Amino acid sequence: MKFVGDRHLRKEDPRLLTGRGRYVGDLALPGMLHVVLLRSPHAHARIRRVDADRARAHPGVVDVVTFAELGGAARSFPMVPPHPELRGHNFAPLAGDRVRFVGEAVAAVVADSRYAAEDARDLLEVDYEVLPSAQTLTPGAPAVHDDIPDNLAGRVTLTRGDTAAALRAAPRVISVRLRIGRGGGQPMETRGLVADWNPALDQLTVWASSQVPHQIRQFVADLLDLAPHQVRVIAPDVGGGFGAKLIVYPEDVLIPFLARRLARPVRWIEDRLEHMLAATQEREQEHDVTVGFDDAGRLLALRDRFVHDTGAYTPRGLVVPLLTASMLTGPYRIPAVESSFESRYTHRVPVTPYRGAGQPQAVFVIERVLDLVARETGRDRAQVRLANLVRAEDMPWDTGLPNYRGSGHVVLDSGDLPSVLRRALESARYDARAAEAAAARAAGRLLGVGVACYVELTGVGPFESARVRVDAAGRISAWSGVSTQGQGLETTLAQVAADELGVTPADVTVVTGDTAGVEHGTGSFASRAAVVGGNAMALAARDVRVKARALAARALGIDESDLEQAGPTFADRRRPERRVTLAELARLAGAATAALGVEPGLESTRVFQPADMTYSSGAHVALVELDPLSAAVRILGYWISHDSGRLINPLIVEGQLQGAVALGIGSALLEEVAYDEAGQLLAGSYMDYLLPTATDVPTMAIDHLETLSPLNPLGLKGVGESGTLPVPAVLASAIEDAVGLRGGHVTRMPLGPSRLLDLLPPHP
Amino acid sequence: MRPAPFEYFAPRTVEEALDLLGRHGDEAKLLAGGQSLVPMMNMRLVRPAVVIDLNRVAALGTVRADAGRLHLGALVRQHALERDGRVAAAAPLLAEAAPLIGHLQTRARGTIGGSLAHADPAAELPACMIALDAVFHLRSARAQRACSARDFFLGLLSTALEPDELLAGIEVPGMPAVRAGHGFAEVARRHGDFALVGACAALALDAGGVCRHARLVIFGAGDGPHPVRAAAALIGERPSAARLAEAGRAGAAEIDARADLHATAEYRRRVAAGLAARALQQAAARAEAA
Amino acid sequence: MTAGPGSARHDVTAIVNGAERRARVIPRLLLADLLREEWGLTGTHLGCEHGACGACTVLVDGEPTRSCLVFAVQVDGCRVDTVEGLAGAGPGLHPLQEAFRSRHALQCGFCTPGILMTLVAYLRLHPSPSETEIREALSGNLCRCTGYQHIVQAALDAAAAGRAAAPSA
Repeated sequence: MKFVGDRHLRKEDPRLLTGRGRYVGDLALPGMLHVVLLRSPHAHARIRRVDADRARAHPGVVDVVTFAELGGAARSFPMVPPHPELRGHNFAPLAGDRVRFVGEAVAAVVADSRYAAEDARDLLEVDYEVLPSAQTLTPGAPAVHDDIPDNLAGRVTLTRGDTAAALRAAPRVISVRLRIGRGGGQPMETRGLVADWNPALDQLTVWASSQVPHQIRQFVADLLDLAPHQVRVIAPDVGGGFGAKLIVYPEDVLIPFLARRLARPVRWIEDRLEHMLAATQEREQEHDVTVGFDDAGRLLALRDRFVHDTGAYTPRGLVVPLLTASMLTGPYRIPAVESSFESRYTHRVPVTPYRGAGQPQAVFVIERVLDLVARETGRDRAQVRLANLVRAEDMPWDTGLPNYRGSGHVVLDSGDLPSVLRRALESARYDARAAEAAAARAAGRLLGVGVACYVELTGVGPFESARVRVDAAGRISAWSGVSTQGQGLETTLAQVAADELGVTPADVTVVTGDTAGVEHGTGSFASRAAVVGGNAMALAARDVRVKARALAARALGIDESDLEQAGPTFADRRRPERRVTLAELARLAGAATAALGVEPGLESTRVFQPADMTYSSGAHVALVELDPLSAAVRILGYWISHDSGRLINPLIVEGQLQGAVALGIGSALLEEVAYDEAGQLLAGSYMDYLLPTATDVPTMAIDHLETLSPLNPLGLKGVGESGTLPVPAVLASAIEDAVGLRGGHVTRMPLGPSRLLDLLPPHP
Repeated sequence: MRPAPFEYFAPRTVEEALDLLGRHGDEAKLLAGGQSLVPMMNMRLVRPAVVIDLNRVAALGTVRADAGRLHLGALVRQHALERDGRVAAAAPLLAEAAPLIGHLQTRARGTIGGSLAHADPAAELPACMIALDAVFHLRSARAQRACSARDFFLGLLSTALEPDELLAGIEVPGMPAVRAGHGFAEVARRHGDFALVGACAALALDAGGVCRHARLVIFGAGDGPHPVRAAAALIGERPSAARLAEAGRAGAAEIDARADLHATAEYRRRVAAGLAARALQQAAARAEAA
Repeated sequence: MTAGPGSARHDVTAIVNGAERRARVIPRLLLADLLREEWGLTGTHLGCEHGACGACTVLVDGEPTRSCLVFAVQVDGCRVDTVEGLAGAGPGLHPLQEAFRSRHALQCGFCTPGILMTLVAYLRLHPSPSETEIREALSGNLCRCTGYQHIVQAALDAAAAGRAAAPSA
């Protein structure tokens, strides 16, 4: 392989660096109208009446649409994916007679400019009957959905062994309550859509800032009663996703609906305050954990019961809490485990996966447990981890817990977890730093070292597809069912295809996120795009080369074994002046008769369906210092060892890890979506919801291991979310070390200034 | 998120601006750097019928230093505080605080007068101006008057400005003694954020090391910048570390601390005491070294 | 928007990326909207519309400015520079853009134009910045993808290249 493994510079960069990227908001179609949405100011209310007369009469306004005008589209979306324990409710394109969270869309105003549309929105009058809302996870809160009076969206218990007996038998048992707050993906580009109905073709074209264009196509076709071929969805340049663009949102159907209703192109660009109010969020859980262990710090039994806040709807069913519960044991061998949860509705923004998807919570829980065990047994935190990690010889390791899809157990497919940890410790000079920190503490400074390990479930199915085609001009195009939001798939998929075809990445044009490119696609989430999309691309490109070789041999009248390839040219090894190019072969294939023995076209469409998920792994070490006065945390050093199988492009993988750690730092120290008792968002803008800036994120040292996955031809594992998983855990570990034995214990995330101040040791 | 409609005027002179302000008064908003006003207009939390843009009033944009006094036009951009050597010479406290005011882009556009007139309780400049005994020149079509920084700030986003009045200029006196020093300390959640709590101090010592002038202002903790009364007790004393720490604690005790999403009142009280002491100690050390 | 208060249009003439451009604008039109919607310069992005993310940063008379917080009418007579003009007329990239590419200092690219414009203005005044100074200069630009590390490295690279190209500057 020539290009896979290369620190290849990105193909998309020249466009993006010069302002020639094309994001949804950059599209301007002739006659385009602008949509703004009126959103509920109440967490829970009955809509008695919407008076749109004044808004409709406002200059420039073309249409105002409420639930009543939706016709056949006035129904709830299906659930993705379903689950037997789920009592699910999904969005409709607009709220019907009830609103269930502050920010739920109630009406759409369409006008000839955004300014006019916002003016008219101010003129809409909605008569709300405000109702009490559910803002706690405790039973007895007002019902979010009438058919679910206890607000229970689902209750699941996963077990391995007899945990009750193992806890009784354990020499030592300890319990702890841990809490994690809400945050959001917060891509720098908000969501947005442009939709255009072509009445001459009866076709709808939708540009969506989305991670799942194929799913949007399916929902739009279903809700608007169109055949799939009548709907083309394109995710053009997308300015980040992180899960915030993972589900099909009400607007994803509503905006196409408006384009069709008005037979005019329409554009809706979410503003940042709407994004805060209406883009899905995640993470809020409360865990009650009990662990049994021995004096050597070996884990013998683990019981975790947690409550999960799922918000007002469940567009992704029970995926998030199932991921937390099923990934609870992470990289550790624990003989008896019971992991159970209750997912409860609240009158808040719906919860769906964002970068990490339930797994940062699982890592926080198990890593807090390991630190606790280390402290209780007086052992070093890294040593306790080494004593419990799954060993290389244990692989593949069956954790005994069913995976979140219910397709089997969580089975770690490969990896060398102790080596990953040891290398992180070496890279950080862990022992020396721990000693330095202890000495600094003795001198009155609050310096601490933390360590955390993780495994991440990646490369989720069910499938991804790819199409590779050489056209008559010799251009190589490659379409993938995944979409890209900054992960560099235009480059990495080109590296994969180039190697399989024997050309260079510059020769391959990759097109992602277009339903016209491949018929079936799943999308970019769950650290799956490179793994599943990359292998599909390899299969399709491999096919094209096989076909090209057969055609070339035939065209040159020689045996395939006598062919010699130099980029896009095939020659007779013995008479190199006799040659044929890919363009010529494509023309040949384009006119293929039965006698030629191949199907027409120098192209192939292939699907890769992974047999199981593949698990990447890693360990992080952090050095922090707290200001004894303000408790402000400074991260002085950060070390990562990571194994995500074969690296297609190490440069891009490093970027993914760095960005994921930055997001994790936000989750640990800065970002918290807080609501008041009435369900009003308290951190409603970037003045209060604080994303990490360049001064908050340290320089990181990254060390790669490459244990190839046995589950796919390229040996890939995913990486997109990995870096985020252990950050709250490693910072909790470091902060707890920094405040010393007289300081407090970290039992919740995020840690704002006041919570940090409470951790400081009392003044001497 | 786009502003509601407004009528726009861009006067060229102070007189023109005052005339417009006199005519439109309550309906009008003065637009300086716009770094606080325009976000609120974009969110439609503020909907002025008239915007009077001061950015073309050249007379408001000058910096002058004479006899140790610094004269700052209200339209002087905040980044001038970091860049202009005359500021560093006459009022080093301002130069030191400047890099903590927002970010590169906000300081390039944001003005000194805009920040003062907006009177955010966590802003650095109002506190510094009080610590420096600055005098604000307020003008209207009716009259002009001088107002001490101490009397200018009335509480949360509230100042002594009348609806028809314009903050035209700021005069910062030099320090009253040769052996003078200033101190500044703040805690913000991120670099450039408004302070959770902060303190600035100005001290002057006589030849014998006895404190002859003491100012301490705590900001971010309550509804506005708070000039600490207890600072006066330092005058006539030698500023020992213990004495300054005590003054810091006394200053924090004077505050009615606020709680918000980012910090509890208890956090602000406790940290205010320590930051006030830090600012005083820094000022004392500089004065002693001067 | 055809009648009523605030609908009177004002003439704006500005030198945009070196060329004169004109428009007639309502007072409340944001500079970002003038650039993007009327002049087609969509390289300047809107990430928050309340002056917190820095994605819309352009240069107004050489100073980095959030174009979501300036009304179009205010740039009459000003010089405005956007990412589209950074590399000049040629097909190549500006040295800072080159450094961003070499260091993989962008992922989704949405925040990138604002960051480039901020850094161009900053490096002009501070040709030899430390890493800490670069980080502070960037604190008004949010990036959710990169974790900033590669951006900081690219800025340091560009500064070094700039010093090498103009050793006396």
